[in-house]
Amino acid sequence: MTEHDRLEFPPWLPTYEEPPHGHVSGSRLERVLRQGHFAVTAELNPPDSADPADVFEAARPLVEVADAINATDASGAHCHMSSIGICSLLTRAGYGTIYQISCRDRNRIAIQGDVLGAAAMGVRNVLCLTGDGVGVGDQPGARPVFDFDSLSLLRTIRTMRDDGMFLSGRRITRPPHMFLGAAENPCAPPLDWRPERLAKKVEAGADFIQTNYIFDVPVFERFMARVRDLGLEGRVFILAGVGPLASARAARWMRSNVPGVHIPDAVIERIEKAAKPAEEGKRLCIELIQQIREIRGVAGVHVMAYRREHQVSEIIAESGVLQARGFQGEGKHSERNHRFG
Amino acid sequence: MYKARLFAVRHARAFEWLYARLESVMVALDPLFARIGYDRIERPVAAVERVTKGLLFDCRMCGQCVLSSTGMSCPMNCPKQLRNGPCGGVRPGGFCEVKPDMHCVWVLAWEQAPRMKGGGKIRDVQPPVDRSLEGSSSWLRVSREKAAQLHESRDARRTAMARAFAGARAHEPAVAPLAQEPASAVRADGGR
Repeated sequence: MTEHDRLEFPPWLPTYEEPPHGHVSGSRLERVLRQGHFAVTAELNPPDSADPADVFEAARPLVEVADAINATDASGAHCHMSSIGICSLLTRAGYGTIYQISCRDRNRIAIQGDVLGAAAMGVRNVLCLTGDGVGVGDQPGARPVFDFDSLSLLRTIRTMRDDGMFLSGRRITRPPHMFLGAAENPCAPPLDWRPERLAKKVEAGADFIQTNYIFDVPVFERFMARVRDLGLEGRVFILAGVGPLASARAARWMRSNVPGVHIPDAVIERIEKAAKPAEEGKRLCIELIQQIREIRGVAGVHVMAYRREHQVSEIIAESGVLQARGFQGEGKHSERNHRFG
Repeated sequence: MYKARLFAVRHARAFEWLYARLESVMVALDPLFARIGYDRIERPVAAVERVTKGLLFDCRMCGQCVLSSTGMSCPMNCPKQLRNGPCGGVRPGGFCEVKPDMHCVWVLAWEQAPRMKGGGKIRDVQPPVDRSLEGSSSWLRVSREKAAQLHESRDARRTAMARAFAGARAHEPAVAPLAQEPASAVRADGGR
């Protein structure tokens, strides 16, 4: 090996490009949203494995419809492959990803470093979360960190991106181009204050919001009305969280075991009474998407189909939300097969 | 004490008033504190603070008190120590995700904030806690910081001079100094 060979960058190394004018990240999700299209994001079930093939297997049912795939960060305080690992793999294959950061497991030193690392790997969207408590997880004896909360995390990454510095004031030579996301739970108490909290997240730096599951449309409508009153329309893109319920039992389990999930009794009853509960759950999800998209200020949906990922394509196709962009259903799409960013 | 904390939160407006008075006293005392030496009074003041605030607010001595921006409901009692509002896991009835028997400190905070004079401060985005300040007196810190703010506003006039004559200052820093002048260098009577 000559000296020259040793110094040469590997051929697969992507160049670190500046985002287009008027964009902060250059991600596909940002582009779709800024163009005014209805966006779709979907949550990936992270593998308990070190095999990259398992990541692609998990992503397969989602890539067709998702503008970006959320890789959860030990959600529910359960240990899985890391979000940054999954995002790096999928990004390199050309798929849009959303790198989720929970404040539960890492302190400010680790997180700021990871944000640079993720950006270097091509990740362009990040979702800042507080994170569930360690007690609900598979290792409740773990030390909860919570050095940041979701808002101070948002503001920190915004500072890194826009001012080119760490929280310590040290300079960053090439800032991370990140489209900044945050979560909101419109159906959790205190209901009156949830829109205010969303405003605070926008103030802290959020460019987009992904909500928790919406099963209660009237509550969400009131939330959105207040969001519009607060003047947030046009300042942030809101993607409403949806997902198919597998059965009444699963719904009840989620309601009592997953923090922040609100499912009205009427919804559970409807699934309980159906001849094919799983079909009914899917039908309900499609209807919810169709109702939600009519609400002013909703920019897209975020599909969380835990263990029902195989239904995601069908749900999106049947809801018709991507029709304007040429997506009809499996195998019938044109430009959506290959997407980058 | 949980009950005392609930009492304090329910009377947030009164405690806010009390706190504002205490703050102005502490700021007024800054010259005295500076003279005795902040490091000398740090321990006794912190001890008093620990006892009183511990009793009233279940204070954890984070050293960076934000009570008057959080409805007098101490956010360090949140199991996730969130400084910017409730997480998404609040249970029906406003109970905590992690400690189901406890009221969410942020639900209490948002309930009380509108009744407080400076309740709007709950909308400020708070920075992460500086863990190196844990155990130190927040009262003294406020006193120092407020006093420094006063100095800063006085300094604004001097920086105006420095900006207006930036060229001269760049070559001859002494013509528009910004650094703190030692008392011995400044004539108290202003040269009269």
